[in-house]
Amino acid sequence: MKSKVSSGLFIFLTPVLLWLLLLIVIPHIELLLMSLQGESDLGEPIWTLSNYTAFFTESIYWYTFVRTAVYALLVTVLTFAVTFPVAFYITKVVPVRLSGFLTILLLVPFWVSELVRVYGWMILLRESGVINHFLLQLGLINQPVEMLYNDISMIMGLVYTSMLFMVVPLISSLEGMDDSMIEAAHDLGASKFVIFFKIVIPYAAPGITSGSIVVFMLALGNYLTPNLMGGKNSLWFTEQIYNEFIASFNWNQGAAFGFLLLLLSSCIIWIGLKLGRQQLGKALS
Amino acid sequence: MPPVLDIDQIVKKFGNFTAVDNVSFQVEDGKFFSILGPSGCGKTTLLRIISGFLEPSSGSLRIRGEDMAGIAPNRRPVNLVFQNLALFPMMNVAENIAFGLKRQRCPAREIESRTDAMLERVGLTGYGPKDIAQLSGGQKQRVAIARALVVNPSILLLDEPLGALDLKLREQMKIELKKLQREVGTTFIYITHDQSEALVMSDTVAVMNDGCFEQIDTPRNLYESPASSFVAGFVGEANIFSAFVESQDPELIVRTSTGLVMRATAMQQMEGRECSLFIRPESIILMPDDNLEDLNRFELVVEAILFDGSNTKILAMQGDSEITVALPQNQQFAHIAVGDHINAGVHVDGCKCYSGEMS
Repeated sequence: MKSKVSSGLFIFLTPVLLWLLLLIVIPHIELLLMSLQGESDLGEPIWTLSNYTAFFTESIYWYTFVRTAVYALLVTVLTFAVTFPVAFYITKVVPVRLSGFLTILLLVPFWVSELVRVYGWMILLRESGVINHFLLQLGLINQPVEMLYNDISMIMGLVYTSMLFMVVPLISSLEGMDDSMIEAAHDLGASKFVIFFKIVIPYAAPGITSGSIVVFMLALGNYLTPNLMGGKNSLWFTEQIYNEFIASFNWNQGAAFGFLLLLLSSCIIWIGLKLGRQQLGKALS
Repeated sequence: MPPVLDIDQIVKKFGNFTAVDNVSFQVEDGKFFSILGPSGCGKTTLLRIISGFLEPSSGSLRIRGEDMAGIAPNRRPVNLVFQNLALFPMMNVAENIAFGLKRQRCPAREIESRTDAMLERVGLTGYGPKDIAQLSGGQKQRVAIARALVVNPSILLLDEPLGALDLKLREQMKIELKKLQREVGTTFIYITHDQSEALVMSDTVAVMNDGCFEQIDTPRNLYESPASSFVAGFVGEANIFSAFVESQDPELIVRTSTGLVMRATAMQQMEGRECSLFIRPESIILMPDDNLEDLNRFELVVEAILFDGSNTKILAMQGDSEITVALPQNQQFAHIAVGDHINAGVHVDGCKCYSGEMS
């Protein structure tokens, strides 16, 4: 009986293991090896750490790296700040029959691809865009203003594209929360402020954690939105990697950057989990 | 000294629907007061008005003489034990209990000692560091009560807190709750649809129906002299017959729709000929002594024996009327079998008659 169970388990696990091995582990080993290789002065391949030292010696790499991390964190926090009231409103304030409808309304924009949605923003914000057109018509401005290609529009675009991945776990964790728990806290003397920070947030913590992890990773690894909405000045680390691979055709350097990014996201998530006293398995289950 | 709770002509309307219809009552300090009624009678609405989650449409509510109009739930000296308990799953037992004390900004040492004392009181000494998920149903129950009691409310409101427990545990918790109330001396207001819970635990029971109080009385009086046909039917078991008044002078004689003629006691002014007759299963005497006076006598045919230990009953026919009779606990009638014809009687006092058709 026992061997039957384990063979069944093996059959189900095989695709997963193959997936992990072929698409994640093997390419990464290849990348790791590549990142540790370089060319000698004579143009012969050698083992070297120069790809990594280049990162630490070139300040522009450093700067982009830190900037990307800080902005990805900022995007996560902003996304949470924007979506939490929405999730709370949908699950706790409106009648149940409306909440399903509102959730669908929230999801509908995400049926459209990210590229199209970002172009939508660009149509609104660009110099000859819709907003500028109206502002000019109303006489509020005399000259069209370029609203694209700055950090604010880039962050806004990233928050917008990440919202779905925060709001869904938030809704599902808040849905499980019994309204009487809020009433019980109120009844025991808690103010609205205390209820929010001592009851609602801790209750939703697993949802907040999983949403934050996903949003953070997506923002950190996003290429499209920073490139289109932040333009040439966006200085997003993924662009740096892209440049190394495609523009400079320096695969070794690109691979090293890729590994550094992986290390960075793992570290920040680990720190985040420690600070929030959350467990990865619990948050994602 | 004013009563701890004084409710005066409270009305609560939701649109056209009147959930609580002009209810007035007072509760004295330290009493166990129950509000008993079927689901949808407005008892939970009333409870939420007392706790402050709902504002009454009109009427006044005073707690220890102080008007509570416009005072939010977190500022009322009233705490609620929720039907589904609403314990905080992200906190352990001690943190749950300490929650209210922390809101009162008690010093940490006092919080700890009062939490421990409360845990001991509800029989959960040493359970402080446990997670809520580790507790059994009865233990959760006690934590919920402890959490509300620890802040020393003037009134503890309980909204059918035993509803989710199984029968055995419910019986045990009934006794424990009653004991706890006597020990702590806090006024309890207990909402239930279970008449046995209300009768066993309460000093006073209010029977509620359609938003109104039908009767406020001690459990014994409620059972023995119900003020209305609703109370007679809702509290305890009864054989209920729709009947007509045959004569009122010198004594009330009624004929049931199945043809049984009975001398009865009028529980209220009889208006019109229609009335309803209530006879409790235990007030029917089997094989009554011939010398007993003021007895309605009739013959029963045993249809079925409903054996339930100390609560055994027989189901019998009198003509076309089906009657439930409680068997005395001694084995005197153990020989009765289905199909037997037996004499029976019921005292005039045991035939309670209310005016109007039964609802």
